[in-house]
Amino acid sequence: MRTSTRRSRRLAAIAAVAAMTAGLLAGCSKDSNDGSSNSDGGGKGGKTTLTVGTFGVFGYKQAGLYDEYTKLHPTISIKENVTTRTDVYWPKTLTRLQAGAGTDDIQAIEVGNITEAVQTQADKFVDLGKEVDKSQWLDWKTSQATTKDGKTIALGTDIGPMAICYRKDLFAKAGLETDRTKLAAQWKGDWSKYVAVGKDYMKKAPSGTKFVDSASSVYNAALGGESQRYYDKDGNVIWDKSTGVKKSWNTAMEVATSNMSAKLKQFDPTWDQGFAKGSFATVACPAWMIGYIEQKSGDSGKGKWDVAAAPTAANWGGSFIGVPTAGKHQKEAIALAKWLTAPEQQAKVFAKQASFPSTPGAYSSLKPAADTTAYFSDAPITQIFADSAKTIPVQHFGTKDQPIGTAITDVGILQVEQKGKTPDQGWNAAKAEIKDVLGQ
Amino acid sequence: MTSSKQALAHPATSADAAPGSQPGAARGAQGRGTPPPSPDSWRSRLYRWDMKASPYAFIAPFFIIFGAFGLGPLLYTAWYSLHNVQLSGLDHQTWAGLDNYKNLLSSEFFWNALGNTFTIGVISTVPQLLMALAIAHLLNYRLRGSTVWRVVMLTPYATSVAAATLVFTLLYSWDGGMVNWLLHFVGVHAINWRESDWGGQFAVSSIVIWRWTGYNALIYLAAMQAIPADLYESAALDGAGRWQQFRHVTIPMLRPTILFTVVVSTIGATQLFGEPLLFGGVSGSKGGSAHQYQTLGLYMYDQGWGIGNLGKASAIAWTMFLILLIVAAINLLITRRLRKSQ
Repeated sequence: MRTSTRRSRRLAAIAAVAAMTAGLLAGCSKDSNDGSSNSDGGGKGGKTTLTVGTFGVFGYKQAGLYDEYTKLHPTISIKENVTTRTDVYWPKTLTRLQAGAGTDDIQAIEVGNITEAVQTQADKFVDLGKEVDKSQWLDWKTSQATTKDGKTIALGTDIGPMAICYRKDLFAKAGLETDRTKLAAQWKGDWSKYVAVGKDYMKKAPSGTKFVDSASSVYNAALGGESQRYYDKDGNVIWDKSTGVKKSWNTAMEVATSNMSAKLKQFDPTWDQGFAKGSFATVACPAWMIGYIEQKSGDSGKGKWDVAAAPTAANWGGSFIGVPTAGKHQKEAIALAKWLTAPEQQAKVFAKQASFPSTPGAYSSLKPAADTTAYFSDAPITQIFADSAKTIPVQHFGTKDQPIGTAITDVGILQVEQKGKTPDQGWNAAKAEIKDVLGQ
Repeated sequence: MTSSKQALAHPATSADAAPGSQPGAARGAQGRGTPPPSPDSWRSRLYRWDMKASPYAFIAPFFIIFGAFGLGPLLYTAWYSLHNVQLSGLDHQTWAGLDNYKNLLSSEFFWNALGNTFTIGVISTVPQLLMALAIAHLLNYRLRGSTVWRVVMLTPYATSVAAATLVFTLLYSWDGGMVNWLLHFVGVHAINWRESDWGGQFAVSSIVIWRWTGYNALIYLAAMQAIPADLYESAALDGAGRWQQFRHVTIPMLRPTILFTVVVSTIGATQLFGEPLLFGGVSGSKGGSAHQYQTLGLYMYDQGWGIGNLGKASAIAWTMFLILLIVAAINLLITRRLRKSQ
């Protein structure tokens, strides 16, 4: 008797192990079929759950768009999967796209990655060009997401027209002009004029403050207004011959070598602290940064911030959303993507988050939230950003745009700004880094 | 459960029941040349099969999972390392032979990362183990509330890398960090920890030291408490002071434990990744603007996920694997030497 119980126990154990193993393998295969996030939708008249993969704050949830959409379409429910950092989000998305599994029904794409997506992942996305009236968007925005043979893989969400956000109170203490139109006139047309204002600021700077958060941010802002970036329009790397890069680099070097920078790294915790402490007087702010400044500066900054037009019309950032062909609910996802990027919805996101629409049709109805207006000293931010948006030059991006940019700002400029290297040494360091990036 | 009940329901048959409870005895009975009657032979065959196969079934889950998530990727990585593969074009691979490895050996960033891994490893492991030894020695005295002290020792180890590094990043921040604030009282100018060459390495090491010292101290403490008290007594009778007891009794008795912690810490140091990545902030995978604390792990991550050059990243992974093998071999040699000399 004891033998047989013992044996049957062992058999039961084997069965259990086998079941576990089978379950595990089944779990894997199930996972790779419908991804981690697609719960079984459709079917028995239940709700269809659509997932939206984004990085950072897109403002859809904040502006109540998901709630609104599910009210309009009771059979749909929406889940947003947020990855905070772009440098984590994009590699993850790329691998999932190519595996054809695990993608969300809608995936966001940052402007720095859009060329890579268009050139290498076009077959992994639904052609949305056929689904929408493309003339709703700014031409250059749609053309960035369109392949050579005319397939539009993603719809434009926001763009990043540039302005200068400045602390009126600190400017007053330093004895500078505080009126936004007069200030804008002082640096109009050239970023080096903005640096000149910075030199004035530093002469009587309130103690513990600097003129600007970092040299890199000035570089990015200046480059955002140049038509020539790292690639030419045929996709060749021209970063070391590009006039845009050279001009922006020189401006950044002036900042880095003249003690007017708080030497912070953007989006680091210390940068956030800088906003809270008020340790810098200006920051080049694309529209999407408005909400960020308001959040990080907190109540202490209320009414002290103001917004002036940037030296040149420039764009920094902005995103797209696309529908991967691997998604289970393409029809529903296309409908949602269309709705989310329509002018009316873009205007609602602007009202909440100040992310600037890429659809000019929305511009007439733009209204920032009342508290945002109050926060930025009643500056006409709609006007300022719209003016900038209309004159942004067409820019060509390349497949390695982002790593090249990182090499210049986080190696080249940072070495000059924080390690006291000369501009030439910084440039050579960036050059070595970019060689490594391009695998030369 | 049901199967067990069914098995119980069947009357035990002769072959099983006769020899008694020991499976070994059952086998013995068969060995004596009494073949079981034919209707039951499938049962005994099943039984024998069970005896042989079930151990394999028990250990199978590990090996299946290891094969799927360990060996498979390892071999696939080797395959990748011989190709040009971009993250954005996994299905467009071109044969590159040993180009990725050649590229690596001629890359200043690779040698820099290798050097950093070594220096950070040394300046984090050596003080860490010495401090752990000292702390364990102190905790080994009769103390009031000794459990409390021991638990407190382990708390840094229990905090996550991310949380610890975030706090340290703020402590070391260039402008308004606590470390610079304290240094200011002794008249030292503010140091830009993150961007200075040795400062960054020191800061990263300090995070490692903070997290692992208590852990190692507890291991040492456990080993110390296993040392027989009469050794100390006789040493004391011979007139040895506390320090002499520590040097001539504790340390020799701890030698195997010390070797163990050295090996474990070395492996940990070779794979250092999370601390420098998070300490570096937004572009942490570069390990500072001059790659001053970019370890091999970070270099691999930067090549693979930052730049998207998976072929080269795979080559780095395999090079790291080979380096670890060499390190393990050196460790083994030293261990043998020390054992022999004992």
